[in-house]
Amino acid sequence: MKHVDTALVKKRMGSRLFINNLGKTLFLLATLFGLVVLVVLIYRVFSQSIGWIDIDFLMNKLSTDPNRAGIQGAVAGTLWLMLVVAPVTMLLGVGTAIYLEEYAQKGRIQSFIQTNITNLAGVPSIVFGLLGLTLFVRGLNLGSIILAGGLTMALLVLPVVVVASQEAIRAVPQFLREASYGMGATKWQTIKNVVLPAAIPGILTGLILALSRAIGETAPLVVIGIPALIIPIPDSVFDKFTVMPMQIYYWTIDSALVSEYANLAAATIVILLLILFLMNSIAIVIRNKFQRRF
Amino acid sequence: MAVMTGNENTVKQATTIGNVEEQMVNKKVVYDTKDLNLWYGNDHALKNINLQVHENEVTAIIGPSGCGKSTFIKTLNRMVELIPVVKISGDIQYRGKSILDKSYKVEELRTHVGMVFQKPNPFPKSIYENIVYGPKIHGIRNKKILDEIVEKSLRGAAIWDEVKDRLHENAYGLSGGQQQRLCIARCLAVEPDVILMDEPTSALDPISTLKVEELMQELKKDFSIIIVTHNMQQAARISDKTAFFLNGEVVEYSDTNKIFSTPSDKRTEDYITGRFG
Repeated sequence: MKHVDTALVKKRMGSRLFINNLGKTLFLLATLFGLVVLVVLIYRVFSQSIGWIDIDFLMNKLSTDPNRAGIQGAVAGTLWLMLVVAPVTMLLGVGTAIYLEEYAQKGRIQSFIQTNITNLAGVPSIVFGLLGLTLFVRGLNLGSIILAGGLTMALLVLPVVVVASQEAIRAVPQFLREASYGMGATKWQTIKNVVLPAAIPGILTGLILALSRAIGETAPLVVIGIPALIIPIPDSVFDKFTVMPMQIYYWTIDSALVSEYANLAAATIVILLLILFLMNSIAIVIRNKFQRRF
Repeated sequence: MAVMTGNENTVKQATTIGNVEEQMVNKKVVYDTKDLNLWYGNDHALKNINLQVHENEVTAIIGPSGCGKSTFIKTLNRMVELIPVVKISGDIQYRGKSILDKSYKVEELRTHVGMVFQKPNPFPKSIYENIVYGPKIHGIRNKKILDEIVEKSLRGAAIWDEVKDRLHENAYGLSGGQQQRLCIARCLAVEPDVILMDEPTSALDPISTLKVEELMQELKKDFSIIIVTHNMQQAARISDKTAFFLNGEVVEYSDTNKIFSTPSDKRTEDYITGRFG
């Protein structure tokens, strides 16, 4: 005797196929929603910025006159900030990743640290801003200078770099380490000569992605008190500064007073997006170029 | 279970045979293990291993999968310590010194005892860089000396003629068999005393396997070789002594000829005649 009733299968077929198609439609709509929002956003930003982006806009200093205002200070500030964030996150992040993957004994302490690093990646950026304010701006009495901002940002993106580097290091096949140990290499010689060269592409990708996050962050810098006023272009890490997202923020707030400020904000967003796009492209190129199969 | 009974007797018997061999052959002992036991966590992987390995011989270790033969060979250069849950008791003497002693530096041991792995594992670097890796680690920087080492090692591994014109190309461009001989050459570059081989031909085609086997016959003139193999014909062809491992114990250890013609243990006979494993 058969258990599957052919007549019942036929009867239920219609409703099963209907639910099947319903699911497909709903999920497509969910995808389209995000896409539509993105297109609208890009359209608005680009249409507002048309006619405002030119070489003067990039090279001029900040000004209250919308026609003379430029973002040289903000771009320079962003670059200075990166000069602090990049080396600090690289040394601390890669160092932590090497320790956790290669040296730390697998156990409760290691998994405790691991959990905390993963959780740290989810801590709101404004909390890091408060940390930076307490630790660097007031604690070390640095004031709201590039060094303080950079260190705060470095802390913020550190978990991202640690996790990405750990994954890159873990992906280095064990047999390469064995080959090195088998010839009498020490742990450090193995790390330096075998593990890091093989993990570098992954580490660099993580680093660039972390930097592009640091470029876009605003909240921590608001908290540590980056000024909105016209200020001189910084020429060392001990100078006060502003960055592009801060510039966007203040222009957007003040656009109630001077409507052209909205266009300036849009133009800055376009430049910021271009920089981010460029950095992510570099990350992808590095990943593809160095991708090795073992 | 019939297989499990009388194990202690067999071990004693095997030990006695080993001692007799030593007196007869009178070759220098390279490795001497005494009541070696090893646990992975609670898993008792090696049980009371008493083996003596002699100079300038090929010692083959055979046995079914999971019998502890790979574990044993990895214990000889303490590679097994890369696994964190390993516990070892007993003693391993290498050239009369206990290598399990805290004062014996594992890096030094692995300079004397090279290893060739199951899967060819060259570094993703040039052929030249692969060979000089070991010497560089041990502090040799002189380009002329390094060049000499590269040629000598590659000749020693019978691969020089095939690669001499492309020393600076990536090692991953070589065939599997060539990669394995490159790995042997890389091992020779450190000028070891013993070479451990963990199923070195299991990933190779028959022709490459033959080349590696011929190479081993050459190498044993200068080195002592301990090889783990799944292939019993291989053990019979290339080795002077054979140890049969089963469930973490040495069932029988003796001259290869004897093992394959007149094994003294029923289980050895069953295994080599293909009745199990």
